[in-house]
Amino acid sequence: MATTRGGSGPDPGSRGLLLLLSFSVILAGLCRGNSVERKIYIPLNRTAPCVRLLNATHQIGCQSSISGDTGVLHVVEREEDLQWVLTDGPNPPYMVLLEGKLFNRAVMEKLKGRTSRIAGLAVTLAKPNSTSSFSPSVQCPNDGFGIYSNSYGSEFAHCKQTLWNELGNGLAYEDFSFPIFLLEDENETKVIKQCYQDHNLAQNGSAPRFPLCAMQLFSHMHAVISTATCMRRSFIQSTFSINPEIVCDPLSDYNVWSMLKPINTSGALEPDDRVVVAATRLDSRSFFWNVAPGAESAVASYVTQLAAAEALHKASDVATLPRNVMFVFFQGETFDYIGSSRMVYDMENGKFPVRLENIDSFVELGQVALRTSLDLWMHTDPMSQKNESVKNQVEDLLVTLEKSGAGVPEVVLRRQNQSQALPPSSLQRFLRARNISGVVLADHSGSFHNRYYQSIYDTAENINVTYPERQSPEEDLNFVTDTAKALANVATVLARALYELAGGTNFSDSIQADPQTVTRLLYGFLVRANNSWFQSILRQDLRSYLDDGPLQHYIAVTSPTNTTYVVQYALANLTGKVTNLTREQCQDPSKVPNESKALYDYSWVQGPLNSNKTERLPRCVRSTVRLARALSPAFELSQWGSTEYSTWAESRWKDIQARIFLVASKELEFITLTVGFGILIFSLIVTYCINAKADVLFVAPREPGAVSY
Amino acid sequence: MTAAVFFGCAFIAFGPALALYVFTIATDPLRVIFLIAGAFFWLVSLLLSSVFWYLVRIITDNKDGPIQKYLLIFGVLLSVCIQELFRLAYYRLLKKASEGLKSINPEETTPSMRLLAYVSGLGFGIMSGVFSFVNTLSDSLGPGTVGIHGDSPQFFLNSAFMTLVIILLHVFWGIVFFDGCEKKKWYILLIVLLTHLLVSTQTFLSPYYELNLVSAYIIMVFMGIWAFFVAGGSCRSLKLCLLCQDKDFLLYNQRSR
Repeated sequence: MATTRGGSGPDPGSRGLLLLLSFSVILAGLCRGNSVERKIYIPLNRTAPCVRLLNATHQIGCQSSISGDTGVLHVVEREEDLQWVLTDGPNPPYMVLLEGKLFNRAVMEKLKGRTSRIAGLAVTLAKPNSTSSFSPSVQCPNDGFGIYSNSYGSEFAHCKQTLWNELGNGLAYEDFSFPIFLLEDENETKVIKQCYQDHNLAQNGSAPRFPLCAMQLFSHMHAVISTATCMRRSFIQSTFSINPEIVCDPLSDYNVWSMLKPINTSGALEPDDRVVVAATRLDSRSFFWNVAPGAESAVASYVTQLAAAEALHKASDVATLPRNVMFVFFQGETFDYIGSSRMVYDMENGKFPVRLENIDSFVELGQVALRTSLDLWMHTDPMSQKNESVKNQVEDLLVTLEKSGAGVPEVVLRRQNQSQALPPSSLQRFLRARNISGVVLADHSGSFHNRYYQSIYDTAENINVTYPERQSPEEDLNFVTDTAKALANVATVLARALYELAGGTNFSDSIQADPQTVTRLLYGFLVRANNSWFQSILRQDLRSYLDDGPLQHYIAVTSPTNTTYVVQYALANLTGKVTNLTREQCQDPSKVPNESKALYDYSWVQGPLNSNKTERLPRCVRSTVRLARALSPAFELSQWGSTEYSTWAESRWKDIQARIFLVASKELEFITLTVGFGILIFSLIVTYCINAKADVLFVAPREPGAVSY
Repeated sequence: MTAAVFFGCAFIAFGPALALYVFTIATDPLRVIFLIAGAFFWLVSLLLSSVFWYLVRIITDNKDGPIQKYLLIFGVLLSVCIQELFRLAYYRLLKKASEGLKSINPEETTPSMRLLAYVSGLGFGIMSGVFSFVNTLSDSLGPGTVGIHGDSPQFFLNSAFMTLVIILLHVFWGIVFFDGCEKKKWYILLIVLLTHLLVSTQTFLSPYYELNLVSAYIIMVFMGIWAFFVAGGSCRSLKLCLLCQDKDFLLYNQRSR
């Protein structure tokens, strides 16, 4: 054998081959969705994860391991089924598929902390009935960030007097060490249960046989411990690293505000200019990320305020009113008053055209859709009324409200019998800064009437917005529900009250909110955002923001969100004027006489479809609607451990997905490995022997004088 | 199915090929070069068949249904024919190359055509095995196993054993094919082509993996015995080797010359 170079060993060739092999493995691994992968996994596409949120001191939410959590599936439909998961089952860890009605505090207490037996949780959507309730929020929302504390109003602090959210179980503010996902699609839930029935059911008490149906959930969160820790780590990364790895983002968005009479936003109002503030909140939340229908907790209130704004703008002597009216929609109130605390901070530091001194009175809309027996309650703050002048102002305010409400028999304004604390509202942040006279209008006297406060079930059904069957979407859009009529009445009361508070005298009774507007807004925000009216009021590049389902009201970290944009443009459409400027003039109105970018905001919107339904007729809408940044002052001042301002932040993540597949037993895997080793060793031995005896085994053909190997 | 199955299936499919490489090819750089050239020829043959396959698919407009299955069968048959064609082409190339190499350095002994037959067969086999199995292997690393849609849960093991048999078959086909070319016995080429077609079309019998595997292994045993005899082995040499009487045989051989 010509093996003079045999001693150098197999280095160059074998290294090359190994490299080729590993390269092809990597390349094959990069192929997504190939047919073998489709044979193994069924991805679950319509799911919502539970993510990690952090505040100054704590982390809440859920966490999975970095390469996902895998567990054998077990369907829990009754509480007894939990026994298998917690003690009896022979193949831990288990992935529990929980019925929606069992997703309560008792069951979660049992599951929490048992990470050796529980790999994760998947919750199905339940059908809420008339007696059930589910609120994952705490019983005393935004405690510690309002006006009542141990040093000021201690008898009202920590909801000692009135527990606002009585039905709250606080699950959304707990920290779980396993992933929890919501299964939004009925069909996917059926597929999962079918897989479970085919493979995982034990036959007559014995253990179920492999392969078993399993589920894997990926939701690894990068931030830990608290906002202070994660912001510090992000800060260090962005300062010293070339490729910074940010781990969390503060919750932020924009507040929407507009004035009844236009003001110069580049300057500030004179101290003599008095403003009546009408405020409400835009956002809500739930246990799961970006699922927040918020019908009663947010939508009904801001829809009412939108209708009131439209009605007030139609009054004929608006331009001559002695006081101005500011409509403001705060974003982020769910998370310790992000929007209102930022607005107060800006007002105090001169960054907002309206100052705290300009505020004459404050009317806030709380939750207003679930009124029992026509009552609309007026809540005022007892602590600030200890001051005589404030007490008189509040008294005047209440009298004005009652006078305006007298003209609307469907709404009965009621005062509280005894001094009661303010419910969680933006007014509390303003009162922290200055004693102003304010009132919160709500449908509840004591605790909330909302049985699904800040949960996934706070949908259109919760406020009785239902439509007859077999109607087209266009018919549904214009169908006036009873809820719409009720909210229109509340809007009428609010608009008339604001008119009187602004000093108007003549046309109070002619101010009327339009139920058609209210029902179209309710349909768009709660049932189907992609409708003809919403499409006509938005800018062209925002078309894709409208889904075929309802809009979600979670504040999120990218801004502005879909909901903020839609509310901004709805307010512009309802209170603004269509001008006949061209597109270029609309984008730059400085050259047009009588138009001023400091006074007004100009936007080029799509407009309605023309009569052939082929093209849109865009137009320029001029309004006083603007966006104001709603980022907590704690992040502006870099006080990440602040107890004064909201410090909520959301963790970042790379990959969130869920999938089901079959798993084989550990014994089969081990057998495969040993068989592989066996074949390798056997073939090495046989090849060595054959190679050593090759010149005996393989006789070369006799050629005189030639040597073959 | 996790790392255990990944390594187990990798060793089952590529263990013998690795052993053959380590002990017979890696010692001589010239053999490595011929191995890699053989692998390259197989790759080019696959490229050509995939070009044809793509054209046919464009012509039939990617419609779904039974026509896709017929197209697949047609594609496999075409690919087998092209692979054997490239084996013939490699033989021609090696023939020309060994004449050229002999003229460049006459003292240096070049590998014989029988050895090159074995090396080229191994090259074809390794590349074919890698191409067909690496994709499946990478999916076996994940936590799941095949079966949720009703397929057999032994998919990975079956694929690994099938890959093993294909690699060994390519080695034996290479030896037999080159011998047929050398001796100008063209019916041998036809037999190689027919057995290759038989083994490939049998894979369409899935999910009846057992039948498929057993018949493939039987064909491999027959081809192995044929290749052993073609390569110069005989019953006598095998008996001598097994009874450890080889030293006497060598001495006898040397004396007789």
